[in-house]
Amino acid sequence: MSGLGLLRGVAFFGALALLPYGVGAPWILNLLIFTLMYAGLASAWNLLGGYAGYPSLGHAAFFGLGAYAIAIVFEDSVGNGYLPFFLLPLIGVGAALVSVPIGWIAMRTRADVFAIVTITLLFITQTLAFNLRSITDGAQGKAVAVPPFPVDTYGWPFYYAMLTLLAVAMGVSFYFRRSKIGLSLAAVRADEDKAHGVGVRVTGVKLIAFALSVGITAMIGGVWAYYLGFVYPQFAVDPLLTIGMVLMTFLGGRATLWGPVIGAFILVPAQQTFAYHFGASQVYLLAYAAIFLIIMLVLPRGILPTITDRLRHRNKRGPGGQQRAAASPVGNPVQAAGMIDELRAAER
Amino acid sequence: MHALVQAVILGVLTGGVYALMASGQTLIFGIMKVVNLAQAALVILASYLTFSLFTLTGLDPFLSILITTPMLFVIGAAIQWALLRPLNSDEVSQLSLLVTFAVALGIEGLLAMAYNTTFRSIQPGYENFSWTVLGYQVNMVRFYAFLLSLVMLGLLYLIMQRTKFGWAIRATVQNPMSAQLLGVNSKMVAAFGFGLGAATAAASGAVFGLISPFNPGSHYDLISRLLTIVVLGGLGSIGGSIIAALIMGVGGSIIAALLSPIWSDFAFFVVLLLVLLFRPRGLFGPRMRGAI
Repeated sequence: MSGLGLLRGVAFFGALALLPYGVGAPWILNLLIFTLMYAGLASAWNLLGGYAGYPSLGHAAFFGLGAYAIAIVFEDSVGNGYLPFFLLPLIGVGAALVSVPIGWIAMRTRADVFAIVTITLLFITQTLAFNLRSITDGAQGKAVAVPPFPVDTYGWPFYYAMLTLLAVAMGVSFYFRRSKIGLSLAAVRADEDKAHGVGVRVTGVKLIAFALSVGITAMIGGVWAYYLGFVYPQFAVDPLLTIGMVLMTFLGGRATLWGPVIGAFILVPAQQTFAYHFGASQVYLLAYAAIFLIIMLVLPRGILPTITDRLRHRNKRGPGGQQRAAASPVGNPVQAAGMIDELRAAER
Repeated sequence: MHALVQAVILGVLTGGVYALMASGQTLIFGIMKVVNLAQAALVILASYLTFSLFTLTGLDPFLSILITTPMLFVIGAAIQWALLRPLNSDEVSQLSLLVTFAVALGIEGLLAMAYNTTFRSIQPGYENFSWTVLGYQVNMVRFYAFLLSLVMLGLLYLIMQRTKFGWAIRATVQNPMSAQLLGVNSKMVAAFGFGLGAATAAASGAVFGLISPFNPGSHYDLISRLLTIVVLGGLGSIGGSIIAALIMGVGGSIIAALLSPIWSDFAFFVVLLLVLLFRPRGLFGPRMRGAI
C-alpha cells in the first residue's frame, strides 16, 4: 500500500505542478487556485475535525487572521512580489501559537460544546475585524499592494503557493496516519475518557492537531488575501468558509488522506459553475444547504469510506480477499484504541 | 449613576427576550441532545412572518404570535421528522449539529430570496413609546416583550409539569429506553419536542422584530449570543438559561452604556471563556459524561 500510495501522491502533485503549462485560460487557473485552496483548507480541517473528532466551526477565524496579517504588513509595497510568501511560515507559526491557549480552553469541552465555542470564536473575530478600525480599517476593508508579476503568468505564484500548502496539509495528514499521534487521536475520537485512562496524552495530541490545523489554515488565508488583493471582515472571516471546509471533508470522507481533496475537487467547480449561472448569492446559499443535507442523509460517512467498504466487501467474497481488509487503524477508532494498548505494553 | 441604572433596566428587559429564545434552545437540547444551530434562524423567520402579517393585514405583532406559533411548531416538527430522525449513526450529535447549521443556511437563503437582504423592522406605531418611571425610561415594547417572555416561560413550565406530553418529554430526557418501554412513543416526542422548541421562536421573533431591525443574516449575531447563554446557564437547564440570559442582558447593556455598543458582543465571548475556564459545565448544568 505504501508504494502505491507514494506513487499516487507523486502522480497527483506532479500532474498539478505541470498543469499551468498546459492551461492557457486565466479563468481555469483561477478555478484551480480556489480548488487547491479549499482542498488545503479541508485537509487542514480534517486534521482536527476528522482525526480527533473535534468539529471546529471556527476555522475561518484563523483564515481571517492570516489574511489580515498579510494585508497589514504589505499594505504599501510587496517588493519583488515574492516577499509575502516568505512571511507565510511565520504567520503559520504565529497562528499556531495563538491557537494554543484558545485550544486549551476550548478543548475542555467535548464535541457539541466545542462546536459552540469555536463558532463563537468566529463571530468574535469578525466583530474584532469590524471594530478595531485603527488596525483593520473596519468595514472599509484593506487593500494589499499589487505585485509586479507579468500579466501572462500572474496567477502562477499563487497557484504554486496553494499547491505547496496543500502538500503540507496532506503531508501532516499522511504522517498522522502512520504515527502514534494519529493513533492517539483516533483513540480520543473513539472514547476520550478511556484513552486518557490508558495513558494517552490526550491534551497534548489534541493541541498538536489544533495548532497544526489552524496554522495551515492561517497560511492559506494569507495567500488568499494576497491573491485577491483586498480584505473585508465579512469575507475574510466568513461562516460559509468554515462550512465549505466541513462540507468537503464530510463529502470525501473524514479521517482519510484523500477524502477532503476529493470533496474539494467535486464541490468547488460545482460551486463556481453554480455561482456563474445563477449569480445571486441567495440561491447559492440554498444550494449549499441542500447539498449539505443530502450528503448528511445519504452519504453520512463520505465517498471514500463508502467505496472502500464496498470494495472490501466484494473482495471478502472473492478468493484471497481477506488480506486486503487491513486498512490503516487510524480510520478505525476501536482498532486504534486496541493498538494504543499494545504500543504501551511494548514500551514497558 | 443614572446611566448605569438605566442600562440595568434596559438589560433586564432585553434579557427577558433572550431568555425566551434560549429556553427553546435548551428544551431541544434537553430532549434530544441536539444543539440546534437553526434556532436563531427560526427566530428571524418568525420575525419575517410577523412583518408580513403586519404589512399585509395590519395585524398587531403581539396578536400575530397566536398565528405564528402553530406555524413554527409545524416547521420545527417537520425539520426534526425529515432531517434529524433519519440520522441513525453513532455520531448523531455531531451530524445533527451540522444538519441544523445547514437548516439555518437554508432558512437564510429562502428569506433572502423572498425578502432580499435590506434591513426591515416592524413598526406598528408604538415601537418607540416609553414610560418615564422615577426619571428612568422604560420602553413599552420591551416591557411587554419581557412580560410576554414570562408568560411563555410559565406556559412552557406548565406544559412540562402538568401535561401528559410534558411528562413524556421529561421521561424521555431521563431515560429514553425506559420511557419507550412504558409506552412513550419517543419518536413522536422528539418531533413534538423539537416543534415546541421551535414554537418559542414565534414569540421571540415577533419581539425581536419590534426591538431591532433585522435582515436574513441577522441570525449569525443572534445564535452566538444564544449559544453563549445556554453554555453559561448549563446545557439542558431551562432555569439556568433564564438566569444566564438576564446576566448577559444586563452585562451587555452596561458595557454598551459605559464603553460602546460595539463591544457588548465581545463581552459575551469573554464571559464564555471565563465560564469554560472555571466551570465548564455552566452555572447550573448537570454533569454529563461525553457532553462537557
